[in-house]
Amino acid sequence: MSTHAVDQERVLASEWGGGRSPFGINWPKLMMWLFLAQDTLTFAGLLSAYGVMRLSLGQWPHQAEVFSLYLVGAMTFVLICSSATMAVAVTAAKRGDRAKVVPYLLLTALGGLLFLGGQYYEWTHFIREGARLFANPWGVPQFSATFFITTGFHGAHVAAGVLYLAITAWRWTRGRIQPESVEIAGLYWHFVDLVWVFIFTLLYLI
Amino acid sequence: MEHGQEGTARTGSPAGSHAGGYRIYAVTWGWLLAITLLELAVVFLGIPKVLLAITLIVMAVLKAGLIMAYFMHLRYEKLSLVYAVVVPMFFLAIVLFSGVGPDALSVLNFRR
Repeated sequence: MSTHAVDQERVLASEWGGGRSPFGINWPKLMMWLFLAQDTLTFAGLLSAYGVMRLSLGQWPHQAEVFSLYLVGAMTFVLICSSATMAVAVTAAKRGDRAKVVPYLLLTALGGLLFLGGQYYEWTHFIREGARLFANPWGVPQFSATFFITTGFHGAHVAAGVLYLAITAWRWTRGRIQPESVEIAGLYWHFVDLVWVFIFTLLYLI
Repeated sequence: MEHGQEGTARTGSPAGSHAGGYRIYAVTWGWLLAITLLELAVVFLGIPKVLLAITLIVMAVLKAGLIMAYFMHLRYEKLSLVYAVVVPMFFLAIVLFSGVGPDALSVLNFRR
């Protein structure tokens, strides 16, 4: 009887045993991971559609002549910095550095707003040069469609993230949430940064 | 249950872990910036298109790995979660490259 209990303990403790918590995390965090996995499919769909169009058309405008790589580089820099400040906020929440959490959350949200400002400027410039959703002066209609839809989808994620961070900061000051909630908000924010890594590389650089 | 929290909390003495806990993010941040600058440098270098694409995709995957491992704490999670998240991405990449890629190229050849 006792060996049976020991076996059970070993199974529960093992990496693959499943046991009480197969993934070793609480369900809110697991649900966020699952959401992020399916959101990856959304962006993979958008980016592979872009790849198919660009490959099958055999021609594509030279991005560096249309967009300012300096502006996009600066936006990327801001987003990476905001990811770092988010990581600090999450660690502060977990360690009980309560005073650090809200300033770093707000700094992260500010980074998101700066990014959105850059995107607003970029879109305005692009539209003034004649780009429309299904037409543009560069000869490949799919070029502006891809740009607007992909960066628009990502921008919407950033905007939602800023709202999410603001709500998280508000609820943290009211003492309504646990450090784990800050961590889950962090997962979402890092994911937005992660998606931008691929959009930046595939849409602007290649 | 709190496997992840333990994983990060276990590093060193209280005072040391305090500084160390934030330090890893500074290091990750530095690497991400360095790779981003390298990406821009490679673009302005003007190397052949295919080589450029491969170099940039490798660097993007490196950055993604850094973000997932350190910012998203995947390095400190149970292995079952890591595999549950990462393995489907590899399958997705394989399906997209092997299934959709040839189709796109065949349309290109059809047009010519």
